[in-house]
Amino acid sequence: MPDPTAYWARNLRYLAILLAIWFAVSFGCGILFADALNAVRIPGTGFKLGFWFAQQGSIYVFVVLIFVYARLMNRLDREYGVAEE
Amino acid sequence: MDVRLWTFILVGLSFALYIGVAIWSRAGSTRDFYVAGTGVSPLANGMATAADWMSAASFISMAGLISFMGYDGSVYLMGWTGGYVLLAMLLAPYLRKFGAYTVPEFVGERYYSQVARVVAVACAIFVSFTYVSGQMRGVGIVFSRFLEVDVTWGVVIGMGIVFFYAVLGGMKGITYTQVAQYCVLIFAYMVPAFFLAVMLSGTFIPQLGFGGADPESGVFLLDKLDGLHRELGFTAYTDGTKSTIDVFFITAALMVGTAGLPHVIIRFYTVPRVRDARVSVGWALLFIAILYTTAPAVAVFARTNLLDTVAGQPYEAMPEWFSKWEDTGLITFEDRDGDGNIRYVADPAENELTIDRDIMVLANPEISRLPNWVVGLVAAGGLAAALSTAAGLLLVISSAISHDLLKRALKPDISERGELLAARISAAFAVVVAGLLGINPPGFVAQVVAFAFGLAASSFFPVIILGTFTRTMNREGAIAGMLSGITFTAAYIIYFRFINPAADSPGNWWFGISPEGIGTVGMLLNFAVALTVSKFTPAPPASVRELVDRIRVPGGNA
Repeated sequence: MPDPTAYWARNLRYLAILLAIWFAVSFGCGILFADALNAVRIPGTGFKLGFWFAQQGSIYVFVVLIFVYARLMNRLDREYGVAEE
Repeated sequence: MDVRLWTFILVGLSFALYIGVAIWSRAGSTRDFYVAGTGVSPLANGMATAADWMSAASFISMAGLISFMGYDGSVYLMGWTGGYVLLAMLLAPYLRKFGAYTVPEFVGERYYSQVARVVAVACAIFVSFTYVSGQMRGVGIVFSRFLEVDVTWGVVIGMGIVFFYAVLGGMKGITYTQVAQYCVLIFAYMVPAFFLAVMLSGTFIPQLGFGGADPESGVFLLDKLDGLHRELGFTAYTDGTKSTIDVFFITAALMVGTAGLPHVIIRFYTVPRVRDARVSVGWALLFIAILYTTAPAVAVFARTNLLDTVAGQPYEAMPEWFSKWEDTGLITFEDRDGDGNIRYVADPAENELTIDRDIMVLANPEISRLPNWVVGLVAAGGLAAALSTAAGLLLVISSAISHDLLKRALKPDISERGELLAARISAAFAVVVAGLLGINPPGFVAQVVAFAFGLAASSFFPVIILGTFTRTMNREGAIAGMLSGITFTAAYIIYFRFINPAADSPGNWWFGISPEGIGTVGMLLNFAVALTVSKFTPAPPASVRELVDRIRVPGGNA
């Protein structure tokens, strides 16, 4: 029987990494460093980078993060034999 | 065909669809009524959640708000989507494993306390009623503007429809009508957005057109808008006027509040397994993101269009839509300098034009001279958004009354049939109260929206997280945390919004944090108080520690 504590520790590690990205794209790029990033433009578009993260980019990253988490956890569930039927 | 006829046809067809779906998916048991028999597929639940979440405010008001706020509008875009990441990773899978019918049920069981349960019931009912009155109002506005019926009759018709499928079908009926409503609302939102994108940027994908250039002059739309803003004395569109700290705290409060809203959380009780709950949040956010990444593009198109059409132009030359909206009082023009031209500038002493933000999405098709059927489609979409959210909220209210109060607290020996009947009666009662609030909205509806998010952020979110991620959090800590979080948040909002509204300005706020953002501080306070109190009070019983171990793992024998 695999160790539930180890399962939980792996889950927490995934959470720490994914939530760090979540924080970085929204509160980081979209808010705290938005002014600095606004000096840069996405080539070929009218988007200033900070503004783009705040109104577009962060949302795209959020969607990807959730699907990545769901996949990682499905794999972890199987590895530890706790997947549902 | 004229706009009104198209609107009647499209709204009528969409209503017939909802009623058909409702008849097909009636509820037969309390399990059907509260959690749709936990048989909803993750994809369908994602769509239903998206419709549940996107309210009249998201559909009708948000793009308009952003078009007036520019960069500052980002708080809504990030705040109302980022919460789903928290939901997917910190709440939904564990609550699904726990397998309750309602949010107060989890709080009551995990903290082995009727007091905690009742505090949670009170929060759930308050948050939901706050929200639902706004939805009913939205229904009334769409009816009165597009079908030229009285607002009261509009609300009554909306009540009738919601009554039919919420009371009959419970969560099961609501879920499948929400799926239909999502399809209607997203189609209605995207069609005008495609038209606008082609007209203003030459590409038909709004998310790209947003960063694109005017096909004639080759100037980027955002640069053009920044320039127009400076000319008229506004802050540049991409800059905003709120302080960084306020933007940070408002965004956080909306994110955490979203993750703590009971009508969103309970949607994830309806899927069969924990893994379905995780991926279902992803589908939900994907469906929401389609609208939420389009809204800021629509905001830019609408703003550019509006400034081009009205600013500095002669009043006599205004198109038909202008006078139509003037009749509703949502556009007002006062020719102060008497030159017959519309002066639209930032300086309130010189400005001659006021435009209600709420009309931007509704008026957009007319401002851009889109075909009549598009206008009718937007009306049907606005109604779908308002009705789907109203139904989800009504279910929270009804299950809080019939399940948490009646079954769990007052009359535990009630039969299955008795509870189902009680659930239907309380849903009916909630529909009527919501309708009355929509017809006679208390003047403070707009102000209390900050409340809904602030309270959800400072009450539910911390206790659910602590209930899962610590095994030692006890009854005393949770109750003290919830009460201190709510009291602090409510006191701050009530002071600035009701007792002393004159002081409601950045200079007087604590650290420059507005009442919209104070829920974040309330949440942190809740965490701090709960953790401190739990250190000095008895640990939870062994059965609760086992419960925590069990909800952390999806299946198997753990």
